[in-house]
Amino acid sequence: MSKKDLLLGNEAVARGLWEAGCRFVSSYPGTPSTEITESVAEYAEIDAEWAPNEKVALEAALGAAIAGVRSFCGMKHVGLNVAADPLFTASYTGVNAGLVIAVADDPGMHSSQNEQDSRHYARAAKLPMLEPSDSEECRAFAKLAYTLSEEYDTPVLLRLSTRVSHSRSITALEQRGEIAVRAYEKNLRKYVMMPAMARERHVLVEERTEKLRAWAESCDVNRAEYHDTSIGVICAGINYQYAKEALGSKASYYKLGCVYPLPEQALRDFCAVCKTVYVAEDLDDCIELHCRALGLNVRGKDVLPRLGEFSQGLLRKAILGETLPARALDLPLPARPPVLCPGCPHRSLFYVLKKLGVFVSGDIGCYTLGALQPLGMMDTCVCMGASVSALHGRNKALPEQAGKAVAVIGDSTFAHSGVTGLMNIAYNRSSSVVVILDNSITGMTGHQQNPTTGRTLQGDVTAAVDLEALCSAVGVQDVRVVDPYDMQATEAALRSALAKDAPAVVISRRPCVLLKEVKPKPPLRVNAACAGCKQCMRIGCPAITITEKTEPGAASIAARSKGKAQIDVTQCIGCGVCGQMCKFGAMEQPEGGRG
Amino acid sequence: MMGETKNIMIVGVGGQGTLLASKILGAVLLAQGYDVKVSEVHGMSQRGGSVVTYVRYGEDVASPLVDTGEADVVLAFEQLEAARWLPSLKPGARLIANTQRMNPMPVITGAAEYPTGIFDALRGAGVALMVVDALSLALQAGSAKAVNVVLLGALARQMDLPEAAWQAALRKTVKSQFVELNQKAFALGYDISKG
Repeated sequence: MSKKDLLLGNEAVARGLWEAGCRFVSSYPGTPSTEITESVAEYAEIDAEWAPNEKVALEAALGAAIAGVRSFCGMKHVGLNVAADPLFTASYTGVNAGLVIAVADDPGMHSSQNEQDSRHYARAAKLPMLEPSDSEECRAFAKLAYTLSEEYDTPVLLRLSTRVSHSRSITALEQRGEIAVRAYEKNLRKYVMMPAMARERHVLVEERTEKLRAWAESCDVNRAEYHDTSIGVICAGINYQYAKEALGSKASYYKLGCVYPLPEQALRDFCAVCKTVYVAEDLDDCIELHCRALGLNVRGKDVLPRLGEFSQGLLRKAILGETLPARALDLPLPARPPVLCPGCPHRSLFYVLKKLGVFVSGDIGCYTLGALQPLGMMDTCVCMGASVSALHGRNKALPEQAGKAVAVIGDSTFAHSGVTGLMNIAYNRSSSVVVILDNSITGMTGHQQNPTTGRTLQGDVTAAVDLEALCSAVGVQDVRVVDPYDMQATEAALRSALAKDAPAVVISRRPCVLLKEVKPKPPLRVNAACAGCKQCMRIGCPAITITEKTEPGAASIAARSKGKAQIDVTQCIGCGVCGQMCKFGAMEQPEGGRG
Repeated sequence: MMGETKNIMIVGVGGQGTLLASKILGAVLLAQGYDVKVSEVHGMSQRGGSVVTYVRYGEDVASPLVDTGEADVVLAFEQLEAARWLPSLKPGARLIANTQRMNPMPVITGAAEYPTGIFDALRGAGVALMVVDALSLALQAGSAKAVNVVLLGALARQMDLPEAAWQAALRKTVKSQFVELNQKAFALGYDISKG
């Protein structure tokens, strides 16, 4: 029996890359794509790295492919916006050895700021796009992508989605095929994209798309599965699994493994056989519009949503009109939004900002959770790096309010695309105050190293960006470092930076409490001095609650009537921030804790 | 012999270890020759939010999700989450719920109240409910962090799979220094659900 394992879709992509003889990987982490590159790092034959951002990652991977080794670059959907510049022109240069680019969409926005559909990029950049529907296809399609890339001289897009990337299913395991390094030959007409050469390459790109369309008609990853033909479903990726679950043999399926270019004749044939044909695609109507352009009478967005992710239940209801019985309690159930962890160094920083009453230009990371109650300290959050550049714009628009506005940006996000915005602040002279939340790791995506941490993807020691020196070097003279656990000093530094008529950077430095090297301190204890004033509750620490029962024996009238603070010892890591909030000295730090 | 697809949901609060529990369960089912799909939650929701993991197994599993009204068993790591996912249960499905209560932020800030009498309400709705004080049992095993494996033990007792398969998956999935602790936790969960 052949070997197999239960792999995450992302792990299976990594396995496929390894089996295909891939030698170089450069990516930037982003949910739901991150585990591809983390998993690749476990294969010794592949030189894998985290790049500072997706544009750098794709350019590095393209450089390696042109040099002659099979290369890969992975990112989330919004990352492809950052990498779009090299993407469109890499389509013209083509490759030497294969280049595969994975892009993971997030329908339903489990962990994203928008719900964009990456399939538009395939059409816009004129690149073939494969879309696997389970882990075995993730592995197989990653390998197929290299074959296509080299045969048609094109980068190939591999489109994933949250439920494919983050589901485990049974995957065959094959051996690695070693691929020889392809010789590089200097070729101005192919690799130097000046107008005269690019005009020639564009002709080849259009011809390539037609050749790929012919391949799509006959390849075995596009296939019709005929059962009952009263209903036909055209689908790709995870929606194929939902459709099969919902409809079983009550429908026939046209399963697309290649979502660009589309096999036009095969779709015509399928629509001729089936009575009512639905295009089951979440997000945008890319396939449906194409079918309509071919004159095919398909249904789709008239009964299926453009918002959120699909499921078997959704398709069952939309196509068969059936719903399963379900019960619910007649109790109001409070929502459980994600929160900053107990002891998170961002919490006290946001509390200080709240005290200062400033406008906060926000960014992408764990610290975006500071926007939620009870901190509520964010005014805007758009994309990676936007906090810094948008603050500059605001301060140009409202210079008199510059002393009442800051940007907050994490260490990894600053390295990704914050530093260019800071350069702009210094160059174009706005009195902007940028707070870099340096927690020594890329937090939200699950602890990836970055150029500021001094460690590589594999955890090896390497050069670390000196943030203070970098900020000075771009022209910011006022650079300070504070420990956010020390709320008094943090407040003083921010007040002083905001008071000046000059750009400033405040680096709020304290490692993420989830890092292994950060040893938790003993949990705090609430003593009898607690007056039940709830001041400690204002920082929104999930480890603190107010007891519901009144305590007749308590020290003060307030405590007897209001209930007292209580610390959950399984959650508290002893950061001591609540102790700084308490005017009564009720939060006791046991021996060995911070004073 | 594999029969129709069975659907299990593991629900709880980000950080409670639902992922590890689903990983062990997946390994057991794979070793027993089932087709298996496990759907996990990564990223932002993991930070103390409501999390759900789906485990489906049978002869040929298509979707990795368990939708409304489809779950055969729901394993809830927390009371409020048990109530939240009730609509997922099939008629006659079993709900195994931890007694632990973790206040969500709207409750902490006073914007909402934590509902009382959740278990009574669930029984009132005709749910086949099994309640487990997993935190006490985990502490008895040696660590509050073993709550997930205690609950997995309780689930294991309800499933018709050989105990040796669970032990093997536990050894394969858990770091070697924690195997003994987790075996103890698993046994405590397994034994409480006797009969």
